[in-house]
Amino acid sequence: MSDNPVDVPRTAPQKSATFSDAINAEIRRAAATGIYDIRGGGAKRKVPHFDDLLFLGASMSRYPLEGYREKCETKVVLGTRHAKKPIELDIPITIAGMSFGALSGPAKEALGRGATAAGTSTTTGDGGMTEEERGHSDKLVYQYLPSRYGMNPDDLRRADAIEIVVGQGAKPGGGGMLLGQKITDRVAEMRNLPKGIDQRSACRHPDWTGPDDLEIKILELREITNWEKPIYIKVGGARPYFDTTLAIKAGADVVVLDGMQGGTAATQDVFIEHVGQPTLACIRPAVQALQDLGMHREVQLVVSGGIRTGADVAKALALGADAVAIGTAALIALGDNNPRWEAEYNELGTTAGAYDDWHEGRDPAGITTQDPDLMARLDPVSAGRCLSNYLKVMTLEAQTIARACGKNHVHNLEPEDLCALTVEAAAMSGVPLAGTDWVPGRERY
Amino acid sequence: MQTLDMAEVTLREVNSKLQAQKASTNQQTWEIVNPRGSHAIACGLDGPIEVTVLGSTGYYCGGMNKDATVHIMGSAGPGVAENMMSGKVVIEGDASQYAGATGNGGLLVIKGNASSRCGISMKGIDIVVHGNIGHMSAFMAQSGNLVVLGNAGDALGDSLYEARLFVRGEVKSLGADCIEKEMRPEHLAILADLLSQADADARPEEFRRYGSARQLYNFNIDNASAY
Ligand SMILES: Cc1cc2nc3c(=O)[nH]c(=O)nc-3n(C[C@H](O)[C@H](O)[C@H](O)COP(=O)(O)O)c2cc1C
Repeated sequence: MSDNPVDVPRTAPQKSATFSDAINAEIRRAAATGIYDIRGGGAKRKVPHFDDLLFLGASMSRYPLEGYREKCETKVVLGTRHAKKPIELDIPITIAGMSFGALSGPAKEALGRGATAAGTSTTTGDGGMTEEERGHSDKLVYQYLPSRYGMNPDDLRRADAIEIVVGQGAKPGGGGMLLGQKITDRVAEMRNLPKGIDQRSACRHPDWTGPDDLEIKILELREITNWEKPIYIKVGGARPYFDTTLAIKAGADVVVLDGMQGGTAATQDVFIEHVGQPTLACIRPAVQALQDLGMHREVQLVVSGGIRTGADVAKALALGADAVAIGTAALIALGDNNPRWEAEYNELGTTAGAYDDWHEGRDPAGITTQDPDLMARLDPVSAGRCLSNYLKVMTLEAQTIARACGKNHVHNLEPEDLCALTVEAAAMSGVPLAGTDWVPGRERY
Repeated sequence: MQTLDMAEVTLREVNSKLQAQKASTNQQTWEIVNPRGSHAIACGLDGPIEVTVLGSTGYYCGGMNKDATVHIMGSAGPGVAENMMSGKVVIEGDASQYAGATGNGGLLVIKGNASSRCGISMKGIDIVVHGNIGHMSAFMAQSGNLVVLGNAGDALGDSLYEARLFVRGEVKSLGADCIEKEMRPEHLAILADLLSQADADARPEEFRRYGSARQLYNFNIDNASAY
């Protein structure tokens, strides 16, 4: 018998699935600092998404369209219900609202340039309208947020549409926070607050509380802008059927629906990861609400939260959306989280692809910052060009799929063109599980 | 004087007439009769005209006003003069919730009482209330002056930033981070000016001043219960 302990078989060390390394690190971080984790970006957990859907393509019963030769339209008109001047877009992909303050001036300019070159709109954000984006955006949507930072009637009148923000997918029910580090003189002045202090953006609007008085608020905004501008209502993915119903009742021209994967500039991690429904689960109930009120296509639906490719665009449209909006993907196209800055990400204790401390204002890519040296790293002209390239690629991809399904307009894509890879995705998107005619949970619709 | 009778013309016609009057207009005085509590009367004005509303108004009367003077002879519904930029709005009667919300400039005078959340998120507007104000007034108020000749309800100035609050009567309670502050000569001068502009019969010395303790300006875990 050997008395060498190495020879005795032992239980292998096993880490807890519940108390994983990441969880334990977070417990230690919270214990050391006494503050919850604030970060940018959207939910990082895996949830059922567009990847869990597939298109069926054309076959015996339907014929495809010839690539390049047979036209597949992509135009979208938003705001046809009440606005005298609806917005016409060449492509069904818009740039979502991202605040000046969270983003630098050159980043806002790049978004405007890219969107304009691709024939689509961009959107202001918390913090008001800047000259950079108004000047470089052919079509600019002006957000009307609870904070009302920078809100004024002149900018309202020079906007092409107004988006009333009720909520965001990353944080339905939450307000915003721009930490003191990013409050430079310019940001402070636009928000009418002292430099260097944390700026809390309220979670509720100051002068209306529910859909009944929102209806009156919309009347006021229309009166101020001569009934010209389309009025969007943006909601986070909370109760999409009822939220859409009430938005229509309140008089919206367009409903913007942002699922839980949607990005944010800065929010508590606990909020981003644990509140709100996945984008995939939000679309069908919202479309159902539009259909129940006879408003599908008359009130347009814009879907956002985790849109990355032309396939995602095509799937969102097939489920009934009129257009999509992108935030995170647009920033990546501009250069966010690019591996070329890896050494600097490492210095910040992170790595390209994982950098999300956007609220700290030290972004190596010069996008989510107000630091003049970092900001100067982003050339708005070439970054804008990259964004327009990316938007065009996504559009071509969506058209490729639409043609394969025999559609001469991307809006003709329909749920019948889809199947789901998982039971969960089938239930959430209301399309059959691949290889079956089973749609779990259908009775509820 | 031009008269617009809301028993005969629509809200859209009333507002587009008024909004069309720019700085050089010759038609400077307007009267609105039969307002019948309509919402959004005289909002988005953009010139130095004087509008008198003979009666009470619904929501958002005088909203986003620039340069104009709007005189409401009755009472005003919620959000009167919301987001005002400049000019003046005077209410002879009472004002409902959120009077002067998010206002950036100009003067709002309420001769009666104001309900809850008066001056919420104000960003530079001056508000003078001859009577009392309700709870949560000046919530997250950023800048400007709120002057109250009567009493203030619960949680005055909760989470406020740099706005100055002056109350002559009693304050039921102060909100998070709002404290009484020393009244210095420059504050007495601001008060004297606002009281005279608002035709208010009170002396600056009778008021107390409240403002931000600035303890919540940068996050600190030891203040967690106040957030
Ligand atoms: C940096 C950044 C700033 C944002 N700022 C705002 C904002 O000011 N207002 C708003 O409604 N949404 C804001 N959002 C959310 C976007 O409008 C949009 O809902 C979201 O980014 C869509 O999801 P995606 O990022 O997965 O494309 C922001 C998102 C990001 C990434």
